[in-house]
Amino acid sequence: MSDPVLEVIELTKSFGAVAASDGLTFSVKRGEIHALIGPNGAGKTTAIGQLSGEIRPDSGRVRFDGQDVTHMPTYRRAQLGLQRSYQITSLFPDFTAEDNVAMAIQAQQGHSFQFWACAKRDATLRQPARLALKRVGLDDKANVKVTELAHGEQRQLELAMVLATGPTMLLLDEPMAGMGQSESLAMMEILRPLKGEVGILLVEHDMDVVFALADVVSVLVKGTVLMTGTPEQVRANAEVRRAYLGDEG
Amino acid sequence: MISLSRRTAVHVIGLVILATLPVAADLAGEPFLTTVASRVLIYAIAAVSLDLILGYGAMVSFGHGAFFGVGAYVVGILTHHAFNGSAVPFLPGEWMGTTSAILQWPLAILVSGFFALIIGALSLRTQGVYFIMITLAFAQMLYYFMTSLPTYGGEDGLNVWERSSLPPLDLYNDQQFYYLTLAVLLAFVGLMQRFVNSRFGMVIKGCKQNETRMKALGYPVYRYKLAAFVIAGMGAGLAGALAANHTEFVGPGMMHWTRSGEIMVMVILGGLGTVIGPILGAATLLMMEEVLSQFTEHWMVILGPFLIFVVLFLRGGIYGWLIGPEKGDE
Amino acid sequence: MTLVLFLEQTLNGLQQGVMLFLMAAGLTLVFGIMHLINLAHGSLYMVGAYVTASVTMASGNFAVGVVAGMAAAGVVGMAVELLALRRLYARDHLDQVLATFGVILTFNELTKIIWGPQAMFLSTPEWLSSTVEIIPGAPYPAYRLFIIAVGLLVGLVLRHLIINTRLGMLIRAGATTREMVGALGVDIDRLFTIVFGIGAMLAGLAGAMAGPMLAIEVGMGEKILILTFVVIIIGGIGSVRGALVGALLVGLVDTFGRAFLPLIMRAFFEPATADSVGASMSSMSIYILMALVLIWRPRGLFQAYGGNG
Repeated sequence: MSDPVLEVIELTKSFGAVAASDGLTFSVKRGEIHALIGPNGAGKTTAIGQLSGEIRPDSGRVRFDGQDVTHMPTYRRAQLGLQRSYQITSLFPDFTAEDNVAMAIQAQQGHSFQFWACAKRDATLRQPARLALKRVGLDDKANVKVTELAHGEQRQLELAMVLATGPTMLLLDEPMAGMGQSESLAMMEILRPLKGEVGILLVEHDMDVVFALADVVSVLVKGTVLMTGTPEQVRANAEVRRAYLGDEG
Repeated sequence: MISLSRRTAVHVIGLVILATLPVAADLAGEPFLTTVASRVLIYAIAAVSLDLILGYGAMVSFGHGAFFGVGAYVVGILTHHAFNGSAVPFLPGEWMGTTSAILQWPLAILVSGFFALIIGALSLRTQGVYFIMITLAFAQMLYYFMTSLPTYGGEDGLNVWERSSLPPLDLYNDQQFYYLTLAVLLAFVGLMQRFVNSRFGMVIKGCKQNETRMKALGYPVYRYKLAAFVIAGMGAGLAGALAANHTEFVGPGMMHWTRSGEIMVMVILGGLGTVIGPILGAATLLMMEEVLSQFTEHWMVILGPFLIFVVLFLRGGIYGWLIGPEKGDE
Repeated sequence: MTLVLFLEQTLNGLQQGVMLFLMAAGLTLVFGIMHLINLAHGSLYMVGAYVTASVTMASGNFAVGVVAGMAAAGVVGMAVELLALRRLYARDHLDQVLATFGVILTFNELTKIIWGPQAMFLSTPEWLSSTVEIIPGAPYPAYRLFIIAVGLLVGLVLRHLIINTRLGMLIRAGATTREMVGALGVDIDRLFTIVFGIGAMLAGLAGAMAGPMLAIEVGMGEKILILTFVVIIIGGIGSVRGALVGALLVGLVDTFGRAFLPLIMRAFFEPATADSVGASMSSMSIYILMALVLIWRPRGLFQAYGGNG
């Protein structure tokens, strides 16, 4: 359990003249909740994109579960157990909540070249989907179309989908974006028990969430890690406070 | 519950009309209606096959006419050689072609599927308007290729001197041909219905709604889209084989991009993303053509704005309008 | 194959390229800025040709005819934009393709109603009917040189427009920050209509000038439309510079292909087969070119980045 599940080594990515990632280096241990914080424009979403495979880094390496995945396409990383959720909700709008989770489960099971049996009546997909929905508190909305779900419920569904795949590591990009106080608290209670089981890289703005959940915090400023430490160490650090000056975290 | 019975009602009424049409046509003293209806059914098969990739998969292929043409040409070429007593080129042995449907039609399906495999494998590496253009380009390439082959008629096309033989049926009998085509359509529709609700169908529908998420979940999206593209191509090829019999003629025009456009119009008129919709679309378009051309040779000037109107305002097409708003999935 | 023949075909290729550029410039701007796939662009070309022919034959003056053709195409284009196309900006590509396909059908039929189904023919105006010995020993049609000159002139004007004028700046800005431009108080709807009108006039100009060289008939728009799309795909959507490069490339490849492929095929086949194989290969050649470009550069040769020309 001592080797890191995710290693990020000197990731660099520029868009024109803007260096979104500038020698980004950090690592996440198995089962650890690792928060990635930083002021706006620090390059957090670009970092997540390079880890999930949706953005190609200019240079640097990404190692997941012992393998070099730097140039691996997104779908292969997902098959290996590295799953990502999105800051701006990215669901299947015409499917029901249960359909959405079932799609996540089906991806893990393989067997998608089946043409005859009706997928909606496939218990091997539907039962785990129900369970995942229950876990996030959405089982009463199983048959509701995504477009009819409230924003908070959609965020919960995002989480249910990635959890349903039984991942080794999660990349969560502001999972509680746009959620109210009680909804955020409910989400935290879903994430908390994952400690020790699933490695989580959590991009967050809300400091309360970070302090409640994170084991380790990395502060990202201008595409590079300013410091890595426990939440208390980070809170006490003068440089970090300067980086955030004028910026509400 | 209301919407469910409305849809069932539409299906049942439609089936009854289709089943009794030749009889009604005879009684009304207009037997040629059966021939027109056969044409509708043939294009319906092509339209349903296109809907698999267009409506369910959001792959806007302007090359679908090419597969329709390929299927037709397979039948045309095999009949040509059988009639001439000449050997089919590029094949081992001295095969003189055949007029047997049992050999021709599966071959038409396989050959169009093969072309769909090649064209799809290359085109699906692109997206958006690039995909549209590249499928169009391939269709045009096939069109120009056939136009320049004098052996098979070139620009003027090829007459199909004999309809396929499928004992005990007589394909020259309009009624028998109609019922055969209807049977093929119903079988194809039944197959499509299972496809779109299967695991495979869910993947295709997922790709339409959110391809990024599909990849993020771990789906190797390319191979599923390619499979759908090939299946659709085979469907079009089957329709083409029937068309070659129906019109007793094959020509490069069947592959022209405007033909693909017509089939697309049928899908959108009828109802994108439904299995039954394209059938209504084919019927509407071809019926409008028949009826309006009685009144004026300029019937297109009515069809054009009608099409624009449907695209802008009647989302869900005619089928959507008939069955009304629905909850849940297809 | 002689040097003279080569130079002649080069000029032919340039002339065809310039025509395609006139079509492509408008189409790529509309696609790049408004994200609209407009299949009806070819119909505006057709309108230009028909109106020019009618007005020229009525007035006896080609220049007047061309102006009339351009104006007609521009007006018709803007009318269609206001009435129908405007609603399509927010729609997906499929809807745009189908709706503009409907526009093609309508226009083709209206043309048949107004001018009849027979093809029309327009003769080259007197003052351009001579030849010029631009290549020593090989007189070249003055009319084709005229087209090349007009095209290059239009290119310069467009470049000036896009780089140096306020309208051009708005066009470039509109491509990248639609909402910002709207928030700055610029009427984005009117901007789009104007851009569409410019594109329509260019298409009309192309059609006007094509009149003396081709049969003016329904369906002429679709033929050039496909080539135009190939050009903007190769050149890169939204880039006027790409439209120019792409157009010249396609013009040259197509012309050389048609001129020389049959000859080259004669080295492998007997003359009759060589000619038909050569002809079919040359019609496929631009599509093969497009496929090759897309494999190398999946988004075309040039990027728009909101900056054109």
